[in-house]
Amino acid sequence: MRKVLIANRGEIARRILRTCRARGVATVAVYSEADAGWPFVREADEAVLLGPPPVAQSYLNLEKIVAIAKETGADAIHPGYGFLSENPTFARRCREEGIAFIGPDPDVIAAMGDKVNARRTMQRAGVPVVPGTDEPLASVEAALGAAAAIGYPVMLKASAGGGGIGMQVCRTPEELKAAYGTATARAKAYFGCGDVFLEKYIDDPRHIEVQILADAHGNVVHLFERDCSVQRRHQKVIEETPSPFLTEEARQAICAAAVAAAKAVGYVGAGTVEFLVDADQNFYFLEMNTRLQVEHPITEETLGLDLVALQLDIAEGKPLPFTQEDVAARRKGHAIECRVYAEDPVTFLPAPGRIVAYEPPSGEGVRVDDGVEAGLTVTPYYDPMIAKLVVSGSTREEALARGRAALAAYRIEGLKHNIPFLQRVLESEPFVQGRYTTHLVQELQAQEQKGARQS
Amino acid sequence: MNAIAASMAGIVIRVNVQVGDAVQPGQDVVVLESMKMEIPVQAEAAGTVRAVNVKEGDFVNEGDVLVELEG
Repeated sequence: MRKVLIANRGEIARRILRTCRARGVATVAVYSEADAGWPFVREADEAVLLGPPPVAQSYLNLEKIVAIAKETGADAIHPGYGFLSENPTFARRCREEGIAFIGPDPDVIAAMGDKVNARRTMQRAGVPVVPGTDEPLASVEAALGAAAAIGYPVMLKASAGGGGIGMQVCRTPEELKAAYGTATARAKAYFGCGDVFLEKYIDDPRHIEVQILADAHGNVVHLFERDCSVQRRHQKVIEETPSPFLTEEARQAICAAAVAAAKAVGYVGAGTVEFLVDADQNFYFLEMNTRLQVEHPITEETLGLDLVALQLDIAEGKPLPFTQEDVAARRKGHAIECRVYAEDPVTFLPAPGRIVAYEPPSGEGVRVDDGVEAGLTVTPYYDPMIAKLVVSGSTREEALARGRAALAAYRIEGLKHNIPFLQRVLESEPFVQGRYTTHLVQELQAQEQKGARQS
Repeated sequence: MNAIAASMAGIVIRVNVQVGDAVQPGQDVVVLESMKMEIPVQAEAAGTVRAVNVKEGDFVNEGDVLVELEG
C-alpha cells in the first residue's frame, strides 16, 4: 500500500493521517467547501475538493470519491466511521476499480446492515439475541402465549415503527391485554400497518461491545470490551474499558460470543459486536459494526496497539501479529473516552458556531483526538463531535482523576459545548461507583430538575 | 407583529404552515436540521401567519426570522 485516500473529515481523518504518516504511506484528503481550512486538509499530502457542504454532494458522493482515488493514484480507501464506512455499494465500487477498501467484504457489510438477517445469523452461530417473536402477532392470544414463553417484562413494538415510536412496555399479562388493542390500532393509524411484535424488555441495560480483529487467514481475536452505557439521545457520550460492571466470567463469555459472531460471518478486518447486558450479566446481540469506531482509542490505550495500522496490515493481507494470549498479556490499566460535542450541555441540542479559542489539555495519560483549531467554524452540516478526550491510568480511579483534571483544563470558547455535562457525569455517584446503566443521563437530568425546583 | 426566529444555524427540512394559517402556542411551524438532528421551531404565541420567509432546503442562521405572525 503506497497511497491511501481518506473518505472522511475532522478528527477521524486526522487520526488515519497520523498512522499513514508514521508508516510512510502517502495520503489524499477529500473535503467539502465547508471544511476548506480544516487541519486534516492541510496535513494530508494531497487534498481534493469534493463539492458543496451538504453530505450528498460531498462526503456521500461515492462516484466522485472513487474518481478522485483513481486520478490521484490511491491504491486504498479508508472510510473512517459514518458516511460511506458501512455502505456495501461503495465497498463494491472500490473493488471494481481495483482499489482496496479498508474494511470487510461488501457482502458482509450488507448482511450485518440488515438487522433481521443479522439476528438470524447470530442465532444460528449460538450468539444470544434478545428473545422475541420473529413474525407479526396474529391475535392477543398469540401475544399472551409468546409473552409467557419469553418471560415478562416484554415490549410490544410496531413493526413499522422506529426510534422508540410505537413501543410499549408490559409487565403483566393484564398490561399486555390492555396494550395490545391500542398498540395495533395506533400502529395502523401512525404507520398504515397494524403489525406488532414482542421482544423481551431489558430493565436496566448496559450497552457493552467487543472489539474484534480478523485477518484473511482465518485468525480472529477479540480486543476485550468497552462499556458504552453513558448515552444521550441514544448516542454514546462516554465510554470506558474495562467495563466496571462485568465479572471476569461474564467478560470471557461475551468476548467469546463476539469471536463466534465474527467467525459466523467470515469477517475480515476490524469490527465491533454490540450487546445489551442485563442486571444479571446475561447478554444479547444488538448489532455488528463493520468499521473502525469512534471509541477505538480506549482499546488502543489499554492494549498499546494502533488499530488503524492493524487495519492497513489486514488490508495488505498480512496475518495478525499476535494471538489471543498475547492480547491478554498486553492488557493493562483503565481508559475513559469523553466525546466533546458542540451542543448545549443541558438540552443536548446542536450548537454550531465559530471556535474563538481552543486549548486542549495535555499531560500524562491524556490523549486528545481532535480535528479543530481556533478560528474555525463548526458548521451545521455534520456531526457535532469536535474532539475525543481519552484518559488512561493504572487504575479506574487514576483514569477518572485525570479525566476530571483534563476536562477542567480544556478551554473551548465561542460556541456552546458539552464539557460541563461531561464533568457532571464524571462526578456523579453512579459513574464514580461504576454502577450505571443506559438510563444514567435521564436520571441525572431528573435529579437536576428536582434540585432546581427545590432551590 | 410576532416573529418566529431560528434557534440555531441549520437547513430547513419542513415548513408546516402557509400564509393565512392560524397557529397555536407550542405548534411546530418549521423543522430545521442541524448536525444530524431535527429541531422543531415552535410558535410562542397564537396568531395568523402573515409571511413565511423560508422554503425547504434553505440554509438559515441563528436569529433569522422564519415565519411572521399577526394578531
